[in-house]
This record gives sequence, C-alpha cells and structure tokens, in this order.
Amino acid sequence: MAAVQDGQLNMEVEKDIKTEITNDGSGNINANSSSPGSTSSGGKSKSPAGSGEDQQTLLAVLQFLKRNKLTESVDILRREAGLSADADDSPVSDSAGAGSGGVPNVSADGGDANSLLSRVSIATPSIETSSGFGCGSGGRACRLQCGEDQPDVNVVLSAYSQQGDPVLYPLYYNGLKKFIESVLDCHRAELSQVFYPLFVHMYLELVYNNHENEAKQFFEKFSGDQECYYEEDLRILSSMSKKEHMKGNETMLDFRTSKFVLRISRDSYQLLKRHLQERQNNQIWNIIQEHLYIDIFDGMPRSKSQIDAMSGSLAGEGKRDANKAKVFYGLLKEPEIEVPLDDEDEEAENEEGKPKKKKPKKDSMGSKSKKQDPNAPQQTRIPLPELKDSDKLDKIMNMKEATKKIRLSPDNLPSICFYSFLNAYQGLTAVDFTDDSSLIAGGFADSTVRVWSVTPKKLRRVKSAADLSNIDKESDDVLERIMDEKTASESKILYGHSGPVYGISFSPDRNYLLSSSEDGTVRLWSLQTFTCLVGYKGHNYPVWDTQFSPYGYYFISGGHDRVARLWATDHYQPLRMFAGHLADITCTLFHPNSNYVATGSADRTIRLWDVLTGNCVRILTGHKGPIHSLAFSPNGKFMASGATDGRVLLWDVGHGLMVGELKGHSDTIYALKFSRDGEILASGSMDNTVKLWDTLKAFDDVELDDFTAATGHIHLPENSQELLLGTYMTKSTPVIHLHFTRRNLLLAAGAYNP
Amino acid sequence: MAEERRPKQCTVVLPTESMKAMAESIGVGQLQEESCAALSEEVSYRIKEIAQDALKFMHHGKRCKLTTSDIDYALKLKNVEPLYGFQSQEFIPFRFASGGGRELHFYEEKEVDLSDIINTPLPRVPLDVSLKAPKEQQKTESTEPLKAVKPGQEEEGSTQKGQGATSAEAKGKKDGLMRMKPRSTHELSVEQQLYYKEITEACVGSCEAKRAEALQSIATDPGLYQMLPRFSTFISEGVRVNVVQNNLALLIYLMRMVKALMDNPTLYLEKYLHELIPAVVTCIVSKQLCLRPDVDNHWALRDFAARLMAQSCKTFSTTTNNIQSRITKTFTKVYNNCWLDDKTQWTTRYGCIAGLSELGPDVIKTLILPRLTVEGARIKAVSDGPVVSNIDKIGADHVQNLLLKHCASVIAKACPLPDNVEQYRADYGYLGPMLCSHVVKARAQAALQAQQVNRTTLTITQPRPTLTVSQSGIGGSGGSRTPSIIKVPSSLTLMSTRPGTPTQPSPPATKYIVMATSSGSSSTQQVITRTSSSVTSTVASATSTLQPLVKLESGGSRPLQKYIVVSLPSSSSLESKSGVLPPSSSTSPILLEARIKVDCSDSPGASTQSPH
Repeated sequence: MAAVQDGQLNMEVEKDIKTEITNDGSGNINANSSSPGSTSSGGKSKSPAGSGEDQQTLLAVLQFLKRNKLTESVDILRREAGLSADADDSPVSDSAGAGSGGVPNVSADGGDANSLLSRVSIATPSIETSSGFGCGSGGRACRLQCGEDQPDVNVVLSAYSQQGDPVLYPLYYNGLKKFIESVLDCHRAELSQVFYPLFVHMYLELVYNNHENEAKQFFEKFSGDQECYYEEDLRILSSMSKKEHMKGNETMLDFRTSKFVLRISRDSYQLLKRHLQERQNNQIWNIIQEHLYIDIFDGMPRSKSQIDAMSGSLAGEGKRDANKAKVFYGLLKEPEIEVPLDDEDEEAENEEGKPKKKKPKKDSMGSKSKKQDPNAPQQTRIPLPELKDSDKLDKIMNMKEATKKIRLSPDNLPSICFYSFLNAYQGLTAVDFTDDSSLIAGGFADSTVRVWSVTPKKLRRVKSAADLSNIDKESDDVLERIMDEKTASESKILYGHSGPVYGISFSPDRNYLLSSSEDGTVRLWSLQTFTCLVGYKGHNYPVWDTQFSPYGYYFISGGHDRVARLWATDHYQPLRMFAGHLADITCTLFHPNSNYVATGSADRTIRLWDVLTGNCVRILTGHKGPIHSLAFSPNGKFMASGATDGRVLLWDVGHGLMVGELKGHSDTIYALKFSRDGEILASGSMDNTVKLWDTLKAFDDVELDDFTAATGHIHLPENSQELLLGTYMTKSTPVIHLHFTRRNLLLAAGAYNP
Repeated sequence: MAEERRPKQCTVVLPTESMKAMAESIGVGQLQEESCAALSEEVSYRIKEIAQDALKFMHHGKRCKLTTSDIDYALKLKNVEPLYGFQSQEFIPFRFASGGGRELHFYEEKEVDLSDIINTPLPRVPLDVSLKAPKEQQKTESTEPLKAVKPGQEEEGSTQKGQGATSAEAKGKKDGLMRMKPRSTHELSVEQQLYYKEITEACVGSCEAKRAEALQSIATDPGLYQMLPRFSTFISEGVRVNVVQNNLALLIYLMRMVKALMDNPTLYLEKYLHELIPAVVTCIVSKQLCLRPDVDNHWALRDFAARLMAQSCKTFSTTTNNIQSRITKTFTKVYNNCWLDDKTQWTTRYGCIAGLSELGPDVIKTLILPRLTVEGARIKAVSDGPVVSNIDKIGADHVQNLLLKHCASVIAKACPLPDNVEQYRADYGYLGPMLCSHVVKARAQAALQAQQVNRTTLTITQPRPTLTVSQSGIGGSGGSRTPSIIKVPSSLTLMSTRPGTPTQPSPPATKYIVMATSSGSSSTQQVITRTSSSVTSTVASATSTLQPLVKLESGGSRPLQKYIVVSLPSSSSLESKSGVLPPSSSTSPILLEARIKVDCSDSPGASTQSPH
C-alpha cells in the first residue's frame, strides 16, 4: 500500500546517501583540483609552468633512485614532494613495473589527477581570453569535473551553474528592490515575497560558483532586508560560504529540491513579469522560473498582514491545490453501547448491547453520534480494531464520567492540577496521561521510561508463567489473581532505550505504552508485564514523537529523517510512510476519527496526511518556528498548533485555512489541549505558564467563503487578549504536557527546574 | 519590510592560532598560514552545523540550556564519534592562559589518583524521580486550602494570576512545587510542651526567682531551637497585647526574654526577627507604655529595648536584610516627624533618640548632633515656658539628659580641644553650655579611663508585677515604697562573655540607675536610697558605692526584699559623689537591668539638671 510513497522517498534517500559517499571518496581529488583552479587568477597561469619544471626534475631524481633500489628515499621524497608526487605517480609506477598489488589503483588515481591538471591548464587560456567572465568559466570547468565525478551532486546543484557576473548580483537585486518599492501599495506586499527566495538563491549561486567574497558582501548587504522570521535560515545560510559546504547541507538541499511557493495575484505577477522583461533581467527571471513556483490567482492582491500570516515556512506557502482535497473531518459513529445511567450493578450485563428501554435517556453526546455526520468518513474507511469487552466497559465509564463533566465557559474555568516531577535531574523529555487520567508516563533523557499510578490502585505485574499455570482459570476473579501482589508499587521503570526518550503515548485501552527515542526506535511496552514487547526499527535517526491512534492499534511516528511512518502494533514494518516535510518532523497527532494524521515539522509547516491513501491532503503554513505541539478539537473540525515562536495558530481543517492566532506565550509551546467539549484551549509553554483561551469565541468569529479558502485572503482578528482567559504561572516548571480529565479538570505536567 | 539590522552572522570564524594550537597538540608542527585559514573556515562551518543540530536536541529535550550531551547526539547524527569525557551538566570551566604572545583557552583536567577515587566513600545516592501533585486539588470543586505556615518559614509559592480576576481566582490554581521535602510540621514532644509552658509562665509570672531561673534557662539551654518559633510568637503577641493595656511590667519581662534569647549561643534568631524587631521597636517608641506616664519609669524600658535593638542590628544586619539601615530609617522618620510636629509625645521622641544613640557614635554624629539646636529650643520652651503639664516637663528633662549624655562623648571625641562655652552655645543653642560642661567632664573621664577601667553592673529588678499597677496608686502617697531587689546577678560574668549584649558596658552607654526602695525597714546605708519624692532634680547620693564590693542582704520575713549592692571598684571611689539620677516616679516599681557606671560625667548631668 505504501509502495507509491516509498518509491519517491527511497530515491531521495538514496540520493542523499550517495552524495555523502561520493563526497568522502572524492574529497581529496576536489581539494587537489580546486586549489590550483581557484586560488587566484594571477597565480593560476604561473603555477602550472612552475610545477611543470619541478615535476621534470623530480621525475628524473625519482627514477634515478628507483634504479638504484633506494626505495626508502623514494618514499621520503615522494612524501615531501606532496602534491606533485601524486602527479608523478603514473610514470613512476609504470617504471616500477610489476610491483605491489596496489599499482592499478595508484595508476588510476594518478591518471585522474593528471587529466584534471591537464584540464585545468586547458581551461587556463580561456580564462585569460574571456576577461570579464573569467571566474565564471573557471567555475564552469570546475563544475564539469565535479559533474564527472559526482553525477548526483550535479543533478542537485547544476541548476546553480548558469550565472552572470557576480559583481552584478547586488545590482540586479537592488534594481528589483527599487522597482518593488516603487509599485503601488497593493502590489508591493505581494511582490515583496519574492525577496527572500530570490535572495537565498542568488546567494547560493554565488557560493556555488566560488564567489566567496561577493557572496559574503551580498549577504551582508541584503540579509538585513529579509523578514525577521527567516533569521534562523539565514543563520544557516550565512555559515555556508564555500561550495564544499553545499554538499550534504540539508537546508541547501531543501532549497534546491523544492520550489519555493508564492501566491501572487495575477495583476502583481504581470507587473513583475513586465518589469523583468523590460529590463532584460534574465538573471532574476531565470531564478524565478527555475526555483520559484508562483501560484497565480485571480482577484484582489493580498495585504501585507495577510501574507505575513501565511508565510514563514521553509518553502513558502502551500500550493492552493495542495489543500483542495476533501477531508472528512467528522467523527466516526460511536458504537452502540447501552449506558446504564443509574444502576451500576447492571453494567456487566448491559455491556452486550441488548436493546433496553433506557434509550431515550441517553445524553446528548450519545444521540449526536447516532446520525452520520456528512463530513465524517465512512465507518469502514480504514479498518479499525474491534471493541473488546474491556473497551466497552471503559466507554461506559467514560460516558458516566462525562455526565459529571463540568461545563466550561469563560466564566467557569477549569481547575488546574499540576504534576511536578521532582529530582528529575536527568531531564524529563516527554509526558503522557492515560485518557482516564489514572496513569502518568514520563520519558527521560537517561533513556528510561517511568510509569506512575496516580490513583490508589498500584501498578502490578502479571505473575510468571509458572505461577499462572497454578491459577484456577474458572474463578470469577481470575483477572485479579493473575496479578502479582508482591510487585505492587506506585511506579515502574521501563529500561530498553539507548537514548533520550522524546515521545511517549499510552494506548487507549491502557495496556500498552509507546515510546520513541534518540536511538531511532519506537518501543511498545506492555503495562501488564512492564516489559518491552516490540522495538519498531525503521527510522534511522532520532524519533521525535509518536502517538497512538484514538482507536488503538495504529500509531504514527516521526523524526529527524523527515518521514512520518504509520505502524500497526502487530506489524514490525510501517504500513505507510508519509514523506514530504523538508525538515525534521517534530510532532505527530492522530485526528479524532483516526483517518488522518497531522505532523508538525521544523520546516514550519503542518501537514495532514490521509491514512488510507498516504497522500498529503493539507499543507498549513504560517508558523515562524519549528512546531512542537498540535491538538485537534474534539469535534475534529479545528486544529491548534504551537511553535517555538510562542504563538498558537488555529486552523480550520476542512478548509485548510488559518482561522486564528493566539499571542501571549514568550517561549516554545510544548503542550496544547482542547477541553472535552472544545470550549477552552489550554496551552503550556517553556515560559512556565499555562494559558487558557476561549476557543468558542475564536471559532465563532470565523467566517469562511470559497474565495478566502481559494486564495488565502484570511482576516485574522487581533483579539488574542480578549480570548485569553487566564495565565497561570509555575515557579520554575516548564509545562510539557496538558490533559483534560473526563470531567474537565485540567492536568498539567512538567519537571521542576531548580 | 526591512527590520533592524542583525548582527553580522557570516564572519565569525575560529582564529588561525587555534588551528595551529590544535595541530601542535596532535603533533603536526609547521602548519602553513594558508592551510590554517582554510582549515579554520572549514572547521567553523562544521562547528556551526553541529551546533545547529545540537539545538534540535535541546529543544526536544525541553530545555533552555545546550548541554554537552546535545553536542554528542548531534555528532552521532553526523556519524561522527562523540567526544567522550565531557559530561558536565554545568558549564565547562574553560581556563585562560597566555604567554609567549599566545592566548589559549583550555579545559583543565587534573590528574586524578585512582586510589583516591577508590578509597573515597561513595557519594550519597541522589534522590529518585518522584511525582508530586497537590492532592487536595484533584477534586474539581476543591478550593485551595489555607496552609498553616510555620512562623518564619517562607511561604511556598502558589502563584496565580487570573485575568478575569473574579472567575479565574477561585478556580484556577497551580502550584510550582519547589520544595523537595514535603513540609513537615514540627511537633513538640510532651516534655517540650511542658517546658515551654513552665518557662513562659515563669517569665511573666510573679516570682522573680523563678523568672531569673527561666531566663537563665532560655539564655543557656542548647535545645531550644524547636521552640524558638513559639517563643518569638509569644513575645510578639505579648507585646502587642500589653502595649495596648499599658502593662509596663509585662513588657519589661518580655524584653528580658528577648535578651535571653539573644544571649543563647545555640539559637539563631535571624529567621524570627520579623516578629521580634517590631516588638522591640514598639517598646522603644510607643507613645505610652504604662498607665501613669508621669510616675512610672518607662524610660528605662525604652533604654533597655533600644540597646536590644542596637544589639540585634549589630548581630544580624547583613547586606541582604539591611536591618541596621532600615531601623535607622524608621527612627529617623519618626524623629523627623517630631521636628515638624510639636505635638509629638516626648516619650516617642525619647525613644527615637535613644534608639538612634545606641546605634553608635556615627549615627549620633550624623543624625542627632545637627538637631541639637532645634531640640534644645524645644526643651527650653517646655522648661522655661508656662507650666504646661507635668508629663511634658518630665519628658523634656529626660530627653535633655539623654541628649547630653550621648552627645557629650561624641563631641568630646570629635571636636578640638578648647571647649568654649560661647562656641557651644553658637553651635548647639540652648543645650550648648550644658553640653560644654559635659564635654569637659567626658574628656576628663576619658583621660581617667585610659588608666583604669572601672565599671560594674547593677541590676535592679522588681519582683512583683502586681505592684506595677496596684501600687502605683499607693505610690502617689509617697510613703510606701515598693520592695525591690537590687542585685548583682551572679551571671555577671556570663553576660560579659556574650559580646555585644546590651549589658555589656560600652563607653557611651552610661546609665543612670533609678531605683525604688522599699518602705525602708531594711534599708541600710549600703542601699542606694531615694531620699526625696520630688519628681525632678533629685540626686540620690549613693555613698555606699564607695565601698568595695559590699554585699548586703536583708533577709527576714520578706525574702523578696533584699538589696544587694555591688559597689564600684575602689578606683571609682575617687569620685566622691557619684550621682544617681532618680526616676521621675519615685514610687513606681522599676525594673531594669542596666549597667551602672558611676563616673564623673554623670554627676554633672545631674547637677546641670538642677538649675531649672
């Protein structure tokens, strides 16, 4: 099923690997070839001649020594001669004749080097003749060599080969800047979007063609003009000042392999096009053609604030058609379970689902789930595990609790109970609560996972196999009997990972626990035996997050390798691989109906993936920093996301549009959670606060029509302060997880950080 | 679009010297400059790359501080062998060295003897991770309980800020739990409870002998720290109540308790100063401390408390709590109000001056001397003007004496020798001439004291608190004298071993002793007797003090009526008449534990008092 997705991905990965390998292999050759080629144009003409004479004498001396069997001296001389010795290898080794086994290699190397040298010297005259573009053609020659050596890198980088005079780059850029500053206000904001990608690609071109100084100057001159939220990328860019750096640099590859997407109205685009054609500014025009994807729409140009709200991601905004697919965001129909509302004694009998007269007494939630939501996916769209008896029991408990739920509103805020992890000197990296709030699990930087029971019920292990065989299996309390009382304790430690545990998730039935770690594995733990059941290997790099499906069985993981994988607990290989993010996947989340998966990434986008087809159905841009938390509203219609920029963004999943922005936090938001009925959004952050937001109001204000959906003309109300219902500070405890109990009590967790 | 210019980002590279140093460290000698430059650029780039990866690990580790392990993981990501051995959780202490024109930062690794490591006892196992949640808050409807906090213990922070104050206040709560140990309540054992009861009863009870024992116990017992919070609460509450009721005797007892607590070397009062200091200051500056301000001697209490205050300033003032400056400020503020406001009671004024004076000659010089002129005028107005009230007059007298006493010694030290009366009058106004004579005496005394040290301590205690109130009425008749004990406590040496306690003699802290004598059946010539019941300007001549160490007890049917007088060393007998100023209220019981210092500077004070 995942094959289609895989293909593309594998190619990319392979490409990556290959480039790395060839890098290593060819490092020496590059150094050799580039040093005469690139030092300076003045020295270039001299050095071949000088070294030619030296080579002659050296060759003679070497052969003399060889003849006299002074092999030691030959070695020493060669070593000291350094570069030229390599060049002379071939005649020497030839003359040495049938010597060691390594000869063929040596000769091959030597041949290579020789040919490289010769090519440089061939290139030299052309440099001198074509005075103005001297460096340029030199660079081209260089590229040619590289091209022969490393076809893969060439594929990636070749786009940068065509270029003009490096001196003119700032002029080009400045010219465009002046033009854009002079156009009408309504177009200026849209056209300004071009600056950043243009700047990046021009800089990369300069670097690629070895115009180090020009690149530096160009950067210093114009980096200050870029929007502040690109600072992070600019920093990476700035450190890249040599062509060698470009290979293997992920950010660079991102820029190259993906087109930067801009949404520009037709009018503005025409304006830009006309200007560039008038000026014959092919340089910029080429870049726009090759590296940018301009998504043209008909209608009003967008305003600056509208553009700012959507931009910020590593590769521009999502294309419009990327968000056109229909998303079934409705909830699945709840299985019919009779809820004995009054008499608890009968619940055991009733769980079979016999028709009962209590039907009309069902609470609103139950009745709502009766009729099929038009936006909901087919019940059987993806196969879901069948409900076990224990699950039904749990659902009944859930509904009972739900009847005691506190209705939250801005006037009736939830109580917050904070669970502090004390003495967590090793570092608390992940926390999860079970849905019924009976267990807490913590992942730590020392590779351990710890599980606590926060109810008086202690954690017990199942007895050993030998002991189990002695149990009377017919007895009523067999489930009690299989537990080993001797192992009862408030907390258990799970050992198995070999790196910090970054993600942790309970299964909905509380029998399993998932943990993902720096060691590249996801582990499934049994909470009956407190042992590791499976280690899912697939990610080769740290796995930043993992999450169980709300129906169990499936889970999603995502990590440094930029691929999110969908697993089923009984398969040791992933069912789906979701590739498309341009940077680490930092957080993952299942949609409440389990048909979709949301992933947040360090490329500052959120993607929504269809579990059934493996397609990316939404690309949401607007964050200005890596996204670290996601939350779906209980009705599945909305989503909230928090990032390092301290902002929470609200999204309409159906339309794929941003519908709100909550400003207030001053540091990374690591935790987001909607209350059980979705009226309140709680956010927890590194800045040691929990904030509560009025989401009812936030979503009420939203009005969407097809036009805004199509073009992204969103109007974000500036009402963060009105929506903020409360700020609650801890003393020195970053909030890294939030959870609403079934009765709408807010639980928060974090490690006290003295 | 253009934001503020960012700092230059692309230019930071490692210096080539570093490359050379590194090359040398692995045995590569002559590295060419060009290679260095090329290397440093490459290395800088790689380092930046690794640092950026390491940042990811920091973010996912939910930390704000980059650690060495983050770097290790970033290296691992690049398939590079991590650097082993840098496992510091804190910042790595790089050291700097320069020499031979080169500057180096290096990480100091000391050679460690393996046997040392093996032989050292194992460090304590760190506490295991634990989970803590405020239990009482798990119920949805629970309200935050008020926690009883041990006195002095700082409030555990449960900060809450609600925007909609009304709605959020009651509901939202949140605890940043910072204490690792759960707060323990310190239960007192039964014995301790009994002890506490006995001690407090004895301290404020009527039996002087018991009180002495109790105070002695407080001052010396080593195991009282658990009761300290209770004691301090007892004292502060006691002062609060008794100030309102003007119960002078009890206030005095409580102050003696404070002193005893301060004397105890095993107790550290700093945590309880917030209770003790207000109590003490109250006893210094309160407008009224006794029922009959015209006759009762509350001045002694003020003096005593002022010395306590000075003492605690000396002992506990740190740069963080700034007790001394805060106290000084308090006194000065009240004092300044006195200047502005004529209606301020002389009692409060006296208290402020006493409190300030005890803080040392510097304070006197900067804060009191400049005020002398004004104060003198005011005193003059009271004493020369139409008879206002007796109370004012008494107050003015006391203030005058106090000022003269404290200022004289300071001026004696500060001013050049020729003591010109006119000069003094010009400088200090009304008080000038008197001051002048005091200064002259002080100089003479200082000269004398240079040769010999003459001092002794005289404690006069009043045994029956009942007398304070009930007998003061009788005292008005003048006939009845309350029985008193004048006693030199055997703990004299003990007191002097505690440096800086108020009883320790310090040169400027000269004291006049006022005492009440009993109706006199037991009075002998050894007893310092009150000869006159006149309210002011009575000089009691204590001729007996000339005798070296005379101890006299009048036993008999009334055991409390005993007088023990320890006279001065014979050296002081040079002064034939050492004046002891009488109290304003001759009949009122006086309880003070004060040092009598009979020196010549006192008698002039007494004599100058008489002219008006």
